[in-house]
Amino acid sequence: MNPRRIFADLKVVVRSYLRNPVALFFSLIFPIILIALFGTIFSAGGSGAVPLAVENLDHNSPTSVAFLAALNNTSLVKVTLVNYPVASFSSQLGDNGYSVGLLIPAGFQANYTNRTPVDLTLFTNPENGAAAGQAEGAVSGIANGFNLRAVCGGGSCAPVIQVPPSKNIGSQVYTYIDYLIPGLIGFSILTSPMFSMVDIASSYRKEGIFRELSLTPLTKSEWLLSRISWYVVLTFITAAIMIGAGVGLFGAHVEITLGLVPYLIVGPFLFVALGMLAGTVARTPESAALIGNIITFPMMFLSGTFFAVSMFPSGLQVVAHVLPLYYVIDGMDQVMLFSNTTRALFDVGVVAILAVIVFALAVRFFQWRDVE
Amino acid sequence: MSAAIEVRGLVKTYGPLAAVDHIEFTVESGSVYAFLGPNGAGKTTTTEILEGLRRRTEGEVRVLGLDPWKQGYALHQRIGVIPQDFRFFEKITPKEGIEYYASLFGTHPDPQELLQRVDLGDKSNSRFDTLSGGQKQKLGLALALTNNPEVCFLDEPTTGLDPQARRSIWEVIRTLRREGRTVFLTTHYLEEAELLADQVGIIHHGKIIASGTPGEIIRAHGRAERLVFEAPAALGSYLRSNLGTAVEIHDGRVEVPLESNRDALRVLSAVESSGIAWQGFTTKRDTLEDVFVRMVGPMDEGALKSETPA
Ligand SMILES: Nc1ncnc2c1ncn2[C@@H]1O[C@H](COP(=O)(O)OP(=O)(O)OP(=O)(O)O)[C@@H](O)[C@H]1O
Ligand SMILES: [Mg+2]
Repeated sequence: MNPRRIFADLKVVVRSYLRNPVALFFSLIFPIILIALFGTIFSAGGSGAVPLAVENLDHNSPTSVAFLAALNNTSLVKVTLVNYPVASFSSQLGDNGYSVGLLIPAGFQANYTNRTPVDLTLFTNPENGAAAGQAEGAVSGIANGFNLRAVCGGGSCAPVIQVPPSKNIGSQVYTYIDYLIPGLIGFSILTSPMFSMVDIASSYRKEGIFRELSLTPLTKSEWLLSRISWYVVLTFITAAIMIGAGVGLFGAHVEITLGLVPYLIVGPFLFVALGMLAGTVARTPESAALIGNIITFPMMFLSGTFFAVSMFPSGLQVVAHVLPLYYVIDGMDQVMLFSNTTRALFDVGVVAILAVIVFALAVRFFQWRDVE
Repeated sequence: MSAAIEVRGLVKTYGPLAAVDHIEFTVESGSVYAFLGPNGAGKTTTTEILEGLRRRTEGEVRVLGLDPWKQGYALHQRIGVIPQDFRFFEKITPKEGIEYYASLFGTHPDPQELLQRVDLGDKSNSRFDTLSGGQKQKLGLALALTNNPEVCFLDEPTTGLDPQARRSIWEVIRTLRREGRTVFLTTHYLEEAELLADQVGIIHHGKIIASGTPGEIIRAHGRAERLVFEAPAALGSYLRSNLGTAVEIHDGRVEVPLESNRDALRVLSAVESSGIAWQGFTTKRDTLEDVFVRMVGPMDEGALKSETPA
């Protein structure tokens, strides 16, 4: 391993890249296009029902179920039953992407029947006033209806179901765009080295460039490390552009910390080596492209790139957990959104170990010269 | 003198095809060896085995005392290679290419001087993809020299070059020899072999069919020297019956093969006594080209044609 040779090769890589203006333009503009496209399509929001997380502590009593059914019928909210620890209900809301939540207390039906006043607790996010207003309107409207129908001992009686002013939800609310940023950074960590390394592996062989390099003291691992270094640099640039565009165009909330750095290094490391390995085992450029696609496409969609894995059906979630990119993106989620250091460390560890193994395999199987 | 390259019983097969078929030769260190043969004869296959780029099927090969396949990494520090169809990074200039190779090898050549040496000084800052075929070839040669090699392998370095460019490559090869380096050169051009090589090996269908200095090859495989008269056919018939040799009669030309120099006197006095008028005479001896055409097949503007299927 000789840093002088790695650096010399890196210079050639960077020059070749910078002298290809079309490629350069697209690799800088592409991250912005991705963010703008997905950000606009999916975070449009505003219209339609607001997703409302409901925790029913009254154990699905008929009254509470009827209440929720009525709520759902308003079309103002879309009720989803959740089962978070009550103590952390309000902070779980944000972490799971809800901006409104409703807690139905235990004894709801009993109190309603006895006409003992009972409080519903509504949590909203002041930053999303539209959703908050819509949810508040729906919940108090249905509560009024129930109160009118409550059996009063003649004349008027005090409203039984009360909806006190809503509380602020207890954690930062993550919107689609917030998830999208780590997802799309992961997307480019995967795709840009994979596609180009698979291509390079076959075209350099065809053009005899590997043969040429094999006649110099440059070793296979030096050559691979020089490519990795370049993709690490590119990844930093891409990540900066994506974060900038996400925050600038869509007001995303992501934490920008040094904790992100390990992912921006081990991620490209893994996928440069994996691309090389895929290009190496293939005998022809066509099969190289095919193998590259077979590896890349499932990861491109199932690792939490465009949608959070927690929203997948459970079968697909299992699949996601065997895809290396999942750990890259999940780790960046932990760092950029949830500040969950333990899980972030676990994720980066998984990726680093994989990267070392794949690197060793790529160096082992990749041949400069024709062996047959 | 010691051997820079030694090849014994070398075989390389591709399926049923023996691309190289039990060849042997030795290249003395400091000499120029020209490996001549038509397309598909096995030149590149042999060359790449010597460079450690291909594995041999059978036989012994030593370059600078090393086994090129097993000790390739050590060997590559000491040899320079310009492959047939040399390709390089498209967006990189010759000057940057030389600097790149120099840092890989840890040597310190002056890029401009090296490029001037191969007559590419004026293109030192042009990107590879804008160079002409000949200029690319010259860059390949310059790159092969960045590590100050003891042995240079040049696989058809002049194919496709214009006459002036070809001459400048020849000059580089002569300089390499003067500097005491060994040169292994493959070529289609006989002229090149005759001008540059100390030793020539002719390969045909994977076998070496002639080897030695150009003179030795002509002596061993050429026809006898001949006296050629500009004379009517009658002289031919006369000589045929009087000398008993295989006189050839062409249109206005009579060719008489000579066994020895003394033979010439005998023939001339026979001509004199025939009383038939003749205009003049020349002597004719086979060139390497004549030998070639007889052994391998017709040529195409000084270059060898393709191998005819065996
Ligand atoms: N990788 C390979 N697989 C199969 N056959 C091969 C391979 N390489 C060379 N050959 C065959 O071996 C024979 C010798 O090829 P080689 O390239 O050595 O010829 P050459 O003398 O260099 O010809 P040219 O003057 O055209 O460069 C040819 O018949 C060729 O088709
Ligand atoms: Mg060849």
